[in-house]
Amino acid sequence: MQLCFTANHFEAMKNLKYLLVGIVFGLALTKGEAISWFRMQEMFHFQGFHMYGIFMTAVPIGAIAILLIRKLNVQTFNGEAIDIPKKPYHHGIILGGLIFGFGWALTGACPGPLYAQVGAGYAVTIITFISAMAGTWVYAKFQPHLP
Amino acid sequence: MNFLYKPWPWYVAGPIIGLTVPALLLLGNKRLGISSTLRQFCAACFPANIPFLQYDWKKDIWNLYFVGGILIGGFIGGGLFGNPNATELSQHTVNDLRLLGLTNFNGLLPHELFGWSNLLTWQGFLMMIAGGFMIGFGTRYARGCTSGHGIFGLSSLQWTSLVAIIAFFVGGIVCSYVLLPIILKP
Repeated sequence: MQLCFTANHFEAMKNLKYLLVGIVFGLALTKGEAISWFRMQEMFHFQGFHMYGIFMTAVPIGAIAILLIRKLNVQTFNGEAIDIPKKPYHHGIILGGLIFGFGWALTGACPGPLYAQVGAGYAVTIITFISAMAGTWVYAKFQPHLP
Repeated sequence: MNFLYKPWPWYVAGPIIGLTVPALLLLGNKRLGISSTLRQFCAACFPANIPFLQYDWKKDIWNLYFVGGILIGGFIGGGLFGNPNATELSQHTVNDLRLLGLTNFNGLLPHELFGWSNLLTWQGFLMMIAGGFMIGFGTRYARGCTSGHGIFGLSSLQWTSLVAIIAFFVGGIVCSYVLLPIILKP
């Protein structure tokens, strides 16, 4: 019993660092207005640079970091190997992607911003979040029958 | 202390979002991706003997801490220190949205569209409930969202992620140009 508690405790401490990274990430999403419904309409109509500026800085910085990690064979802080699995293609990439695009424009949110919108105090987005869970559940149910 | 309430320009927010990719890799070989947490919640709460939900969701429990952090970040950035002024959008966007009946450009979501009472209208139902459903269904079907494909996938130079992000944008553009004006037309 005692052992079980300490094991869980240790697990929680180990994961606390991801909570901290999440806070910084969520702060950047929110303060950067990447969770703003208004900004999404501006982006989809190609009327402003703001969201493109975010993508065009975030992706190259992530890419350079991954390139360095690969080239220099960098390991994690605990000495674990870092691996980046290939994402295989299937038709859901396009079909699911189009469906998600509609949801993105309607709600102004992707899954990450959905958490941030709830946190920012837009209480009704809890309903959007529950609907998103329902969508994932229905996908899971029909997954064997989809192309 | 006024600066705490100001929104961040893209050249501050973008690099921080990008640095999340190596931060998660270096901290524990974790790959940025948020839509999979919806599957985790489904597997934890309503597995219902569905094969797709029969997996060890606890193995990726770190991601639940991560999204918990996003929620807190949203609270700090949008709740405690929310921008009190209207979003500084392009004038074209403001004009377009005014034509669709919007008058209030404060906050992160239009108050005129995202309220509890709106849920009972067909417009609100489409935007919040159907919209949310499409996020959950579409991202799982596409095996990722704007973070998993758009940030992490593109950063690791995966062509499937490029296909995915193009599909996201085509869906979003069609919806924003065609469907939204029909929904919002006063």
